[in-house]
Amino acid sequence: MTVVPGRSSPGGVTAPRGAPPPRGDVDDARRRRLLAYALLLPGALWLLVFFVAPTVTLVSTSLWDPSGSILYGYELTYHWLNYLDGVRDYGPQLWRSVGYAGTATLACVLLGYPLAYAIAFKAGGWKNVMLVLVIAPFFTSFLVRTLAWQMLLGDNGWAASVLRSLHLLGADGHLLATPFAVVTGLTYNFLPFMVLPLYASLEKMDPRLIEAGGDLYASPFTTFRKVTLPLSLPGLVAGTLLTFIPAAGDYINAELLGTPRTRMIGNEIQDLFSAGAYPEAAALSVTLMVVIVTLVAIYVRRTGTEDLV
Amino acid sequence: MRARRWLGERLVLAYGLGVLLYMVLPVLVVMLMSFNEPANRQSYTFDGFTWNNWLDICRPYQLCSSVVTSVEIALLATLVATTLGTLMAFAFVRHRFRGRGVATVAIFVPMASPEVVMGSSLLALFVAAGFGGVLGFWTILAAHVTFCLSFVVVTVKARLSGLDPYLEQAAMDLYANEWQTFWRVTFPMVFPGVLSAALLSFSLSFDDFIITNLNAGQTVTFPMFVWGAAQRGIPPQINVIGTIMFLVALILVGVGELGRRRGAR
Amino acid sequence: MAESDLVFKSVTKRFGSFVAVDGLNLTVPGGSFFALLGPSGCGKTTTLRMVAGLEEPTEGSIYLGDADITRLRPYRRPVNTVFQSYALFPHLSVFENVAFGLRRRGVADVDRQVRDMLALVELEPLGARRPGQLSGGQQQRVALARALINRPQVLLLDEPLGALDLKLRRQMQIELKRIQTDVGITFVHVTHDQEEAMTMADTIAVMNGGVIEQLGSPHELYEHPRTTFVSNFLGRANLVAARVVERDGGSIVVDVHGARLRAPASRAPSDPQELWVGVRPEKVFLGAADAEPGSAGDAANVLPGGVITDVSFSGVSTQYLARMPWGQELTVFAQNTGARPSFQTGDRVVLRWGEDHTFLLDAAQDASAGADPKGGV
Repeated sequence: MTVVPGRSSPGGVTAPRGAPPPRGDVDDARRRRLLAYALLLPGALWLLVFFVAPTVTLVSTSLWDPSGSILYGYELTYHWLNYLDGVRDYGPQLWRSVGYAGTATLACVLLGYPLAYAIAFKAGGWKNVMLVLVIAPFFTSFLVRTLAWQMLLGDNGWAASVLRSLHLLGADGHLLATPFAVVTGLTYNFLPFMVLPLYASLEKMDPRLIEAGGDLYASPFTTFRKVTLPLSLPGLVAGTLLTFIPAAGDYINAELLGTPRTRMIGNEIQDLFSAGAYPEAAALSVTLMVVIVTLVAIYVRRTGTEDLV
Repeated sequence: MRARRWLGERLVLAYGLGVLLYMVLPVLVVMLMSFNEPANRQSYTFDGFTWNNWLDICRPYQLCSSVVTSVEIALLATLVATTLGTLMAFAFVRHRFRGRGVATVAIFVPMASPEVVMGSSLLALFVAAGFGGVLGFWTILAAHVTFCLSFVVVTVKARLSGLDPYLEQAAMDLYANEWQTFWRVTFPMVFPGVLSAALLSFSLSFDDFIITNLNAGQTVTFPMFVWGAAQRGIPPQINVIGTIMFLVALILVGVGELGRRRGAR
Repeated sequence: MAESDLVFKSVTKRFGSFVAVDGLNLTVPGGSFFALLGPSGCGKTTTLRMVAGLEEPTEGSIYLGDADITRLRPYRRPVNTVFQSYALFPHLSVFENVAFGLRRRGVADVDRQVRDMLALVELEPLGARRPGQLSGGQQQRVALARALINRPQVLLLDEPLGALDLKLRRQMQIELKRIQTDVGITFVHVTHDQEEAMTMADTIAVMNGGVIEQLGSPHELYEHPRTTFVSNFLGRANLVAARVVERDGGSIVVDVHGARLRAPASRAPSDPQELWVGVRPEKVFLGAADAEPGSAGDAANVLPGGVITDVSFSGVSTQYLARMPWGQELTVFAQNTGARPSFQTGDRVVLRWGEDHTFLLDAAQDASAGADPKGGV
């Protein structure tokens, strides 16, 4: 019962060993591509109208002549001076924002990484409970929680009294209305954004890699530095970005926990908009965006992870 | 030496628990203060215990109406963002198309923009389009859908790409056409992701302040009410609302976890 | 009831520039247990998926009986698959998994059929459980039940036993063979395990690089391989370079480094001058170089001048490596009958085997094709 095996095309290319053919459903590629566009369309349209267009409008608004007003309308005169004036007048707030956000991000890493590590590797049966405790406060109104910090850090509050009794704080020193309070608030607000991506990254790691490190004569700290840290890098980068970027533009913490001397760029932008100074406010917004994008680009280039989404 | 090792192993966990406590602490304060009877409007201390705040939640002017407004906006925004975002997530994971890079950036940027920039650009749009005088419910809603969309796409994408593609092939092998395969196999399996995306959307929308404030006009949402209260004097009922939200979140996340654990078996 | 034949006509599948299946012409007899055997990447799984409808051929057509099923969607084909990873629906119970196909087709009396099928695969008490709660072997049986219950014309199995441990695998091999005989459906079984294929299949097609090297019964493929690949992939083979000297009646005489060997002329590849002469290690008798031929006296083929270089005792048999005068090491399996002489490293030996056990292969083929690089069986 032997059937002659046929070979109709003698010139067929033989398979390179180990090249896996793409697994897929029946290929009607064109139809699937059209379906893809159809699925993307509603969301894409929405983003076009409510994200792309506003960005364009923001930039054009930043170039309006500041001598206009809501009542009499604005003129698009390509008034680049708006940018220069903004940087000149609010430069300190801009750098302060970057500084506070950077400090808060660093604090989030120092606080958040061990927490994420603990949940991923040390928590055992309590893992889910701990995760719930990380996520649930996040759902509570953060304004309300920030007000709670106001209470905690207030002069009559619990934290200040403890520190005073330990003589770490002068008799008339305060915790509230200081840069420290603002950074604490920022750190607190964005901690979940650092912990969750870090946890997701660490959780995917094979814990036996850590054992292998120990087996190969590395101390626990060296193992961490050479094995765990590099593998958790995508999560670290994602967490850093999701913390730094919103923090740089925040103004709530500065307003509730700070003083006029700790105002951030977000405060200024909000006030300018409220006052109706649209061109100046828009210019400041764009400036902030540019600064952030530049810093992020440098950071991502250095850490080398391109795929964040 | 053994004591040192014991300590070393527990150190990370202890540190982590400390951070966790730090995260939960303000919530505990909120819960505590919800029972507070403040001596005066500017009081920052716990003056006296009372149930009144819980019994009389809606006493402060606009408190309850702002909560209702926030809930309405959040529900609608969740509905729209989850629908649009889920469709987009399917396009990303299941299909090949050109412009994928651009689309990915378009999704990531709103997530990563500072709220003040996003809010101000939306305001600029509305003003330029002539809606400057009618800012309110609908402009807030539009803003919320926009930033929730990205989070939905990322969440659903993560869940969808973890799905075994062989399951759908098996379904078709077993006489389910494309439509039946989707509803009987794909959707039930991706649903937990869609659900957590919806929850995330809801909370992001309910809690949003900066973008909302810039685009709200005369409408007042709950965060805006709190902000105003921070200047005027904080009614303790705010902490009641905060506590309720926390408990609801606990229950929802807890139920979600249980459901996920059951479904994954 | 006669099952329909599954026929491939010039089927080719390309992924971009990579040719996975190259001009396949094959008839799988209806009602048989058919194995597609080959190493990873040879195209056997792609071929299977084209029958299932999960891939579409770039060229050619596939027929089930008289029906052209080439372009039909998977859910329109009377074909079911048991996947390598089982692909059980984790959100459905075992019962619902098995019932899935029946429900989609709107069959009545689902309950009874599912229960009968679960009894057949001995999983009755587990109907309410979820797949995640089952062991590997149990999951495998659910996958099988889920496919079989639909009484397909062809059942496709994609390396279904790969994830099971040895004992369970052996058990399931017997089970599957029994079920196939009872039910009478055409089984197409894809595997890279040659022992598995030979144990279970009525017919084997050995695939390599997208084409079929040889097709036949396990016995035929093993005893009369037509290509070096098949001779090395199924079991082990000794292949020695030889030159044709003459035809003598029904035999061909070849010269191997001075020794004359005979092989049946019917097995010679068409009119060559240079050949590989092959013999299976277990067919070779070792004799001491200075001893009388003895019981192997009528073995026609004799290769003298071997020196034992390695001895491996494995209980059932002893594997010897003998270095021949021209440098090549030949393998000999000597069964541990208790009556055969044993040798040690350094002994001088003579290799003897019967003319009928000799096969001839085209010298143009690569003598190492299909061989296990680790040297195992």
